[in-house]
Amino acid sequence: MDFALIQTALQLGLICGLTVLALFLSYSMLNVCDLSTDGCFTLGAAVGAVVAISGHPYLSIPAAMGAGVCSGFVTALLQTRMGINSLLAGIIVNTGLYSINIWVMGGKSLLNMNQTETVFTKAQAFLENTPLAGEQSLVVAAVAAILVVLFMTAFLNTRLGLAIRATGNNPDMVRSSSINPVFTTTVGLCVANAFTGLSGCLLGQMQKSVNIDIGSGMVTIALASLLIGSTFLGRGGILIQAIGMVLGSFVFRLVYTIALRFDMPAYMLKLVSSVIIILAIAGPYLKGQWPMLRRRLTYRSQGAGKGDQ
Amino acid sequence: MLHISHIYKTFNPGTVNEKKALLDLSLHLEPGDFATIIGSNGAGKSTLFNAISGSFFTDAGTIELAGEDITFQPEFKRARNIGRLFQDPMRGSAPGMTIEENLALAAGSGGWFSHMTKKDRQRFRDRLALLGMGLEDRMKQPVGLLSGGQRQALTLMMATVNPPKLLLLDEHTAALDPAAAEKVLGITQKIVAEEKLTCLMVTHNMESALALGNRTLMMNGGRILFDVSGEERKGLTVEDLLQRFKTESGKGLDNDRMLLG
Repeated sequence: MDFALIQTALQLGLICGLTVLALFLSYSMLNVCDLSTDGCFTLGAAVGAVVAISGHPYLSIPAAMGAGVCSGFVTALLQTRMGINSLLAGIIVNTGLYSINIWVMGGKSLLNMNQTETVFTKAQAFLENTPLAGEQSLVVAAVAAILVVLFMTAFLNTRLGLAIRATGNNPDMVRSSSINPVFTTTVGLCVANAFTGLSGCLLGQMQKSVNIDIGSGMVTIALASLLIGSTFLGRGGILIQAIGMVLGSFVFRLVYTIALRFDMPAYMLKLVSSVIIILAIAGPYLKGQWPMLRRRLTYRSQGAGKGDQ
Repeated sequence: MLHISHIYKTFNPGTVNEKKALLDLSLHLEPGDFATIIGSNGAGKSTLFNAISGSFFTDAGTIELAGEDITFQPEFKRARNIGRLFQDPMRGSAPGMTIEENLALAAGSGGWFSHMTKKDRQRFRDRLALLGMGLEDRMKQPVGLLSGGQRQALTLMMATVNPPKLLLLDEHTAALDPAAAEKVLGITQKIVAEEKLTCLMVTHNMESALALGNRTLMMNGGRILFDVSGEERKGLTVEDLLQRFKTESGKGLDNDRMLLG
């Protein structure tokens, strides 16, 4: 297998790993399946592109993250203060974001950044006379992933982070620790979506273009990566688990890249991610059902009751 | 310490399922009072606890705790001053988090962005050692691995790590096996005495209702039927209690039947 393929998988894995880390916070910790992820990813990409095109490559990063925070805040508001089911809240926000994203992109569904200064071109210039020259995509992606993993580890071990983890685990206990679960859910979703936005922003800038569909299916891809990651490094401290998320993202991209080599068409990506999720969630469940199913089958084949003797 | 005056609570008002759960209930607890509450199912014991801890707001009346009017204070704010244990030992702690993380959250020292310090850990370790269950050597293990009795003991530690102004114990040993129940009850007594906590405890065990604390309340039909303390309580036996219930409830509540075990 040639190195270029691994490198592509690594870059994509690291950048999309930020979305996986976001879901690690919302899905694994808060126990909220945030279906606004697709729209938020695109929002981050669109905002990041527009700000970069207007001549502010560095500002594009906080801008994309800020947009993610706003999106997460609305999702949280709908489910904590307005009595909307959390899945529905995500779907509603996701749908609404489609319009907002096109509006952000000035009515277009495609933005081109070929001539634009981005954090990647800045990094390229910075790395020019170092051994890493030309590897700006990998360097930026790796730096972002490392920073977010470290942030996540530190954050989830603060008192606020503990409260967020407990909210998904046992909300009664959060209340009895005199912490408002509405507050922890809101903060958790805001932080998670900031990283989803960042992830979108970096992917757009790396690819030098943002398409309105850049985030479609991202929640499924990220969940598949999350489940892969937690089978590798699901036990242990937060740092280990967070590293596992990025690893899962990389492994997912690697498997996918290899599949492409065997002439699997690119449009199969989403089916593959769906199947991975089904296997990862349904597998353990069906495994648990199997002994009873087997007993029922033998029970029936031997005539009722006789198989028990 | 706790001053409840004339609270009412009706569930599903105006429907066939209407249930008057609390009826003109008043209760006054002095600092350091440890009152046990007995009463049949549906007498309003848990409803009273829910009203005090703020799971819902009452329809009428006021609740004061340590001079502060908490009638409309939200549940999570009251929790700063009220510790509560439920019958279900799973309810008080987060199974996916470690023992020390659970304690850190309950202790709540420092700001939002503070981390657990060595000093915190030492403090938790010392507290856990009091339980005599060896939990102090398992602080990094997830709480989900503990037995029911251990979890309830841990919850008790969490509720009292910052001594609350009021401790509510809602049949907190009922789901445990006899040995574990006795152990948790012993620890409860010890902590309540050491910290001089004001405490309300619901129990179905008439013996311990009379043996523990300094007051016993009997509830029926959303009211406090009688309230014994001091000299009067000392000579009381379970038989007396049953007799007393018959005469008291016979006066106006002859429709209500009660099963006492």
